[in-house]
Amino acid sequence: MPFSTSRSPSTPANHAAARPAAWAGFLSLALVVLLVPVPTGAASGERTIRIAASSYAYDPGVVSVNPGDRVTIELVAQDVVHGLYLDGYGIQLRADPGQTARLTFTASRPGTFRFRCSETCGPLHPFMIGRLSVGPNLTLLRWAGLGLLASVFGLWILRR
Amino acid sequence: MTRFDLLRSPFLARLLRSRWPRLILSVAALAGFVLAIAAGLAGTPVGSRNFGIIAVWIAWWAALILVAVPLAGRGWCSICPLPLPGEWLQRGGILAPAARRRGLGLRWPRRLRNLWIQNAGFALLAISSTVILTRPAVTGALLLGLIGAATVVSLVFERRAFCKYLCPIGGFVGLYSQVAPVELRVRDAALCAAHREKTCYVGGPGGEGCPWQVFPAGLTRNSPCGLCFECLRTCPYDNIAVNLRPFGADLPRPAGRRLDEAFKGFLMLGSALAYSAVLLGPWGEIKLAAFRVGTPEWAAFAGGFLAATFLALPGAFALHVAAGRLLAGPRGNFRETLASYSQALVPLGLAAWVAFSLSFVFSNLSYLWPVLSDPFGAGWDLFGTAVGAWTPYLGAAVPTLQAGILIGGLAWAAGLASRIGHRLLGDDQRTSRRALLQASPVVGFAFVVTVVQLWLLIG
Repeated sequence: MPFSTSRSPSTPANHAAARPAAWAGFLSLALVVLLVPVPTGAASGERTIRIAASSYAYDPGVVSVNPGDRVTIELVAQDVVHGLYLDGYGIQLRADPGQTARLTFTASRPGTFRFRCSETCGPLHPFMIGRLSVGPNLTLLRWAGLGLLASVFGLWILRR
Repeated sequence: MTRFDLLRSPFLARLLRSRWPRLILSVAALAGFVLAIAAGLAGTPVGSRNFGIIAVWIAWWAALILVAVPLAGRGWCSICPLPLPGEWLQRGGILAPAARRRGLGLRWPRRLRNLWIQNAGFALLAISSTVILTRPAVTGALLLGLIGAATVVSLVFERRAFCKYLCPIGGFVGLYSQVAPVELRVRDAALCAAHREKTCYVGGPGGEGCPWQVFPAGLTRNSPCGLCFECLRTCPYDNIAVNLRPFGADLPRPAGRRLDEAFKGFLMLGSALAYSAVLLGPWGEIKLAAFRVGTPEWAAFAGGFLAATFLALPGAFALHVAAGRLLAGPRGNFRETLASYSQALVPLGLAAWVAFSLSFVFSNLSYLWPVLSDPFGAGWDLFGTAVGAWTPYLGAAVPTLQAGILIGGLAWAAGLASRIGHRLLGDDQRTSRRALLQASPVVGFAFVVTVVQLWLLIG
């Protein structure tokens, strides 16, 4: 029997047969994208970050440190009482008007975390939010990579 | 596609045919809204201590967007208290309609039978939302205004014209109800066609004609049906089914899509992105600009929002659709192609709303327990929960959940775009390649939107 090099037609039956394999391939690649270790070589040290809080914003609103840094946050409330609660680390501090509150912690968890006001400070209080990045934001890159994978998978496999 | 008719269960059939469950749930929801209005207008101006803000924009919103819409579609519309007083007045009865309807009963103007007013209403709410979400008095006045408007419209126009053509929340729910795994349809359309009296539409001994002005045999998607189940009571042939079905079964349907529906999709997707940036971002100036309604900076914010959702987003999407037509070879009408591919915005937009709401809801849900005990912020402690400390829930898990939901929505949108391409161009070996080429830029658009939303929420 001669060996045929022609491709099998893209029929619904062929497509359905290829589906479990495609799912397995997608899930395997997804795990690789999400979990493959990436070295981040930044040196850790001592960091002091002064954050001014007023009128529903932190200044700076975006803060970056290296994994393993010993971080001291100095929160200065410039108008009314403000707080700072750091998601992922579960730590918080409170500063009275005109006062500075300090808190020291070790940035042991890499990633990007929101910090938000923990003291009712006015109408926009629930939306007074800042961002702390511990190392490069690999989580965002990983999920964006998974998004690319999901786009191709959806386009090619989920069409039926 | 697989369906399971819930009415095969005698218990569920009895439950859905009875008017009592819906009345009880509606009255409970009305009581909650009346309390929210009272607390909003007469309670503390501190939003996080006021039942009006927390119950409506945290508890109700969470229940609506995270549970009710994805799982029950227009289930909320079925028990929504906003049109209730108007409906009671219009039909002259609370549980069942009286023999003679009240009000002028005018038909809704033909030229306005579309979603443009709903779109404009939602856009108006969106540009004022930072104030609505944080000022109890504004929330109270808004709810009161919506009930008042629904009542007036019910007394002037026939049936549920307010819900169908005006309610900004109804438009939102209607769009995303298409993904829900529940639908109301007829069992045998031929039976309906042969039924001369059409009691489901005009009313009969069992009840009134469809309040949503829907002929059930013509239903091909969930958006127009308010799930009031009145047709179950008026159909003399027991020909109505309430099916469980796969998620998103309404969506891959290229024909008959309109631009007002497409723009609903753009508006909703744009609003989810804008809310994520304004409310959850670290940019204080934008928050203040959105909050100071009536000032020049608010005008700039509102102008930017409207330009982004009504011009930039649709423009970018149209360019991607045009690129797809260029790649695959133009076929059919561009407007129809654009409207068809806009269905891909439905899972994308719903995922964006769910992801946004997860962060918003779980970081503020702990405010609910104190306001249950002290709805007006007047120092009460009805249930012993008034002095509860603010605690964000699921703080570490929320970003992963958000990212997973956004990626799921993207995969769904990509699959949908591909299916739409194949339905538009054909699914044989020759046309399949062209269909994939045509859908690819739309998928690219969805990918970029998802990455932007990922950056806003977890970046």
